[in-house]
Amino acid sequence: MKRAQLVTGLVLVSAVVITAIVAVFWTPFDPVRVVAGQRLLPPGWPHVLGTDGFGIDIASRLMVGARTILLVGIISVGVAAVVGVPLGMLAGQAGGWVDEVVMRVSDVVYAFPALLLAMLLAAIYGGSTATAMIAIGVATIPAFARVARAGTLQVMASDFVLAAKASGTSRWGVARRHVLPNIAPLIGVQASVGFAMAILAEAALSYLGLATPRPNPTWGNMLRDAQNFLFVAPLQALWPGLAIALAVLGFNLLGDGLRDYLDPRLREVP
Amino acid sequence: MSLLEVRDLRVSFGRRKIEAVRGVDFEIAEGQRLGVIGESGSGKTVTALALMGLLPDNATATGSVRLRGNEIIGAPEVALARLRGDAVSMVFQEPMTALDPTMRVGRQVAEVLRLHQGAESGPARDRVVSMLAEVGLTDPTRIADAYPHQLSGGQRQRVVLAMALINSPDLVVCDEPTTALDVTVQALVLQKLDEVLTASGAACLFISHDLAVVSQVCDRVLVMLDGEVVEAGTVAELFTDATHPYTRGLVATARLELTRPGQRLPTVEDFYAPEARLGERA
Repeated sequence: MKRAQLVTGLVLVSAVVITAIVAVFWTPFDPVRVVAGQRLLPPGWPHVLGTDGFGIDIASRLMVGARTILLVGIISVGVAAVVGVPLGMLAGQAGGWVDEVVMRVSDVVYAFPALLLAMLLAAIYGGSTATAMIAIGVATIPAFARVARAGTLQVMASDFVLAAKASGTSRWGVARRHVLPNIAPLIGVQASVGFAMAILAEAALSYLGLATPRPNPTWGNMLRDAQNFLFVAPLQALWPGLAIALAVLGFNLLGDGLRDYLDPRLREVP
Repeated sequence: MSLLEVRDLRVSFGRRKIEAVRGVDFEIAEGQRLGVIGESGSGKTVTALALMGLLPDNATATGSVRLRGNEIIGAPEVALARLRGDAVSMVFQEPMTALDPTMRVGRQVAEVLRLHQGAESGPARDRVVSMLAEVGLTDPTRIADAYPHQLSGGQRQRVVLAMALINSPDLVVCDEPTTALDVTVQALVLQKLDEVLTASGAACLFISHDLAVVSQVCDRVLVMLDGEVVEAGTVAELFTDATHPYTRGLVATARLELTRPGQRLPTVEDFYAPEARLGERA
């Protein structure tokens, strides 16, 4: 059962990754060039998923969208983890007022919706993939900080940390050699879940026109374009929607599966 | 000069300053083995943690603990880290939790060498493997590469023992090292501890609630009760002329061969009633 989860997650995620990599070098048709004579074609050949309102091949646009979504996921989760995890570990290990300050500031950021933050950034710097990545990243920092802090508190209370201290390990040594490896599975799970969240947030932002601007395709703005032709060509809305749903599901399943796999305590004795 | 000198050690917890250790004095000479006996909550473990400087943040310690002439109470963390693992090391009670589950056992034992001698991993590994063999683990090479969850309780406790002894400390603090083990494994671990201590000439503070175990390992014994030392002397003195009624009770319960069949077994309460203790405290 657990194994099936991990495998399904892996399959879905690698499908996204492979599509994105292929899209860097090759797409069946030009994903941005308008062809007026081929508007709203139904699925068939050579346009496997049909064409959109501008006569552009939907499959090609989906492939390029996968690229955007991966980039956004990696950068925003990266930003959130690189800032959030050390902060959480610091809070958990130092305790006292340091803990209070870090966690209250993180609560404030947490209370601020990612969408609002993105709108703010978009208003100042204009909507782009970069502002979306930064907004989603900053908004996810508290989630990482919380997970890291909770894990750190648990590890710090354990006998093996006491034993490590009794051998003369410094605070920094404890953090690096004992706390980090022990909370790594938690961080991995959070990263995977965070990735799924980032995909959803990016889709929402570009649906609202606050992230990647047209004509560059993303799943979010494809969904918006499809909305205009919902009664004429309902299938057009299905493809990006399905892509978003499957990608989010994939990263969530991967996260769950990874947690079980990464934990050496749950690994079977060879 | 003694290796370890403890003078009027007091440890209290929390804001209300509840005292867990109430004025303890003792010393340990080079190579000497001191047993500390007492029931749960008598302050044995807190005393041990205090002399490692490992008390939790909400604890306050006063008095003096001098190890090799270095004051431990109030010493900065950096100075303590230098002493820990080098001058003094500790064997923990619970072998299931005293090892980091994400680290291979060999690397974990080698940590002490890396920290205090800057040992390279190659030569350190050879010493780790020979130390694991010394504490009686068969197939030490395989065990060095294993994760803690792949080992049994007895194996893990011997790994913990190896970890505490590999850097030849002057003093080894053993906090009920055999309590979590079954009797046969307990005997084996005690025997190995005895062998390795004799070989290295290290002193030992051995905490236990089992008089039989302490008398097997130690030269001298302290009896602790409610945070105070009520009896101190050699193991032989303890059995022959204990002064405190609580100690006499302990000795009586340990010498079951003196009880005739059909007779009720002695309990500590026969000698030292809990009501008297409550009265004494109030």
